[in-house]
Amino acid sequence: MTTSTLIASKEQSCQTLLASGHTACTGCGEALAAKLVLGAAGPNVIVTDATGCLEVFTTRFPQSSWEVPFIHSLFENSAAVASGIEAALKALGRQNEAKVIAQGGDGGTADIGLQALSGMLERGHNILYVCYDNEAYMNTGVQRSGLTPFDCMTTTSPYGEFSWGNKHNKKDMPGIAAAHNIPYVATASVSFPKDIENKVKKALSISGPKYLQIHSPCPLGWKSNPQLTIKVAKLAVQTGLYPIFEMENGKITKVRKVTIPRTPVEEYLKIQGRFAHLFRSPNGKEEIQKIQAIADRNIEKYGLA
Amino acid sequence: MSTTFIEGSIAVAKTVGVCRPHVISAYPITPQTHIVEHLSELVANGELKTEYVNVESEHSAASVVLGASATGARTYTATTSQGFLLMIEVLYNIAGMRLPVVMTCVNRAVSAPINIWNDQQDSMTARDSGWIQLYAEDNQEASDMHLQAFKIAENKDVMLPVMVCMDGFVLTHSFEPIELISQENADKFLPPFKPQYYLTPKNPLSMGTMVGPEAYMETRYFIEKTMRTTLQVIGDVAADFHNQFGRFQGGLIDTYKVEDASLVLVAMGSIIGTLKDVVDELRTKGQKIGILKVRSYRPFPKDEIYRALNHVKEIAVLEKAISLGYGGILVNEIKSVFYGKPKTPKINGFILGLGGRDITVDTIHHVIKDTVKATFEEKFIGLNESLIGGK
Repeated sequence: MTTSTLIASKEQSCQTLLASGHTACTGCGEALAAKLVLGAAGPNVIVTDATGCLEVFTTRFPQSSWEVPFIHSLFENSAAVASGIEAALKALGRQNEAKVIAQGGDGGTADIGLQALSGMLERGHNILYVCYDNEAYMNTGVQRSGLTPFDCMTTTSPYGEFSWGNKHNKKDMPGIAAAHNIPYVATASVSFPKDIENKVKKALSISGPKYLQIHSPCPLGWKSNPQLTIKVAKLAVQTGLYPIFEMENGKITKVRKVTIPRTPVEEYLKIQGRFAHLFRSPNGKEEIQKIQAIADRNIEKYGLA
Repeated sequence: MSTTFIEGSIAVAKTVGVCRPHVISAYPITPQTHIVEHLSELVANGELKTEYVNVESEHSAASVVLGASATGARTYTATTSQGFLLMIEVLYNIAGMRLPVVMTCVNRAVSAPINIWNDQQDSMTARDSGWIQLYAEDNQEASDMHLQAFKIAENKDVMLPVMVCMDGFVLTHSFEPIELISQENADKFLPPFKPQYYLTPKNPLSMGTMVGPEAYMETRYFIEKTMRTTLQVIGDVAADFHNQFGRFQGGLIDTYKVEDASLVLVAMGSIIGTLKDVVDELRTKGQKIGILKVRSYRPFPKDEIYRALNHVKEIAVLEKAISLGYGGILVNEIKSVFYGKPKTPKINGFILGLGGRDITVDTIHHVIKDTVKATFEEKFIGLNESLIGGK
């Protein structure tokens, strides 16, 4: 899969630069998101990636899916490695040769890699950072991360007599990125591919650090039907649980509205095994209400209605 | 050549500057600070054209130079002690990816208890990482070693990172007359870095890919094999340097009055200066004593050490680090040099100078007397008896 140059089919508006034949699970949202990001970015990029599913399923030696220059170093340093690449391109007078894209999963971005990302954003490197958010440590077997949603069941936040799953709310990572006063922050969802492409293109046209977080369902970790990846992702957006917006220079400039009449969060939760425990017990209703309140707050905060 | 009376850190920074690094990244930590402060001054004054990346940790400093080196840039970083330990994950990564990064490890004790003074425990913790480790005796050597380091690292038959180790405070903060290297001479010695492979859309490579049981072991085999080749390269580069600059501080090792010696002191770093004073003094009294300086600790020059010491009756190994639960590190490597050989000298190990404990001429006399008198694996020298409750 390394050697062939793939020809984009007529339906695709962008090139395929992440070759198929990789070992991602069926219905993997991250694989789809990465393919869309690369397609929109085009071949003149250098990409980094944190340790995680994406690196594992695309780079098993001696094969590689990456048809652009790619480097994986460690779990927590994708942003720092990208900073070095950008600095080197400048120092070598090659800054027009390639745009730099740093990638990581939610753990590599919001937890272990947060410090390096903050440094990259603060220093003003001309880099697009993309976080593929599948809401847990999937590569190691579905453990909770700072971006795991409230009451979600993972292998380290199991449901039990004294637990409804993950006790904490999802970290506001786009807000943290925006607090660095960077020119562009956006969220996206694999269920809206054209939107991802547009956001990547727009981000790459802006000089300075950019942050893009893409909601990417993981059927294995979410215990959802692989055929329903797009539907699941769409419901997260439609219910208000995953607000889709663009922030330019600290101000929200664009949002994707939720459906009217409103879709209750149950519609999203009930098709995923990671929330199944909320439907098994009568007390689960109360918990679902708390999740509905999170969606309501998002709708108000971002003006999604 | 003229000399300048200058602090060790500043001399090192100036030498790194004439090596024309494209990207420097560092995080401040005592006693490395003067090196990186002076480099940032050179950049601020326009004397050095380099991308200087101020980072939020040593982990990121090492990651920045990793990314820059992979893109084809000549890179440099410096750290010490805790910063060094924080970097270690990345240090292994840099070596595994065969990136010719050069760094200074300013040698300092490791916490706890926190201690900012000199020993060599920090760099010892990365001896198995795939980095070439060179130890400097004085500031002239520390300064010159950086120019040599880039040439060794970037040799196409090497392509491994090089760590120049220099004792914190003892060297970094000492003023000595130094022959600084001019830009013209540096350019003559060190050609521009021309990597064989680097990140570019013109030839999209995947670096740092996942390697399973079918090929991982071979990556280790190749680094080990390269380390053997590097033994030759380190010697050649020191000889080239000697030819151009007229200075020779040793290649893999350096020896001082060992030819007819019956007792030889073996050590690394700034302690060598003190040893020379003692040896000179004892030589005037007729004692046949010499010094072997281990300049390249990794790769470890077993053959050169054996050739230099195979006539010797007694060896005292002095080291500023310890493998807790085992004992002396260098002493056991020196012992291994003689394994299976027809004659094995007496080899005594001495742990000294930890956490900045003074190493005086008297300390060395003590070591020599002990070695003549007795045989033992290793012992601590210079312990404060009042703190350990006497003997």
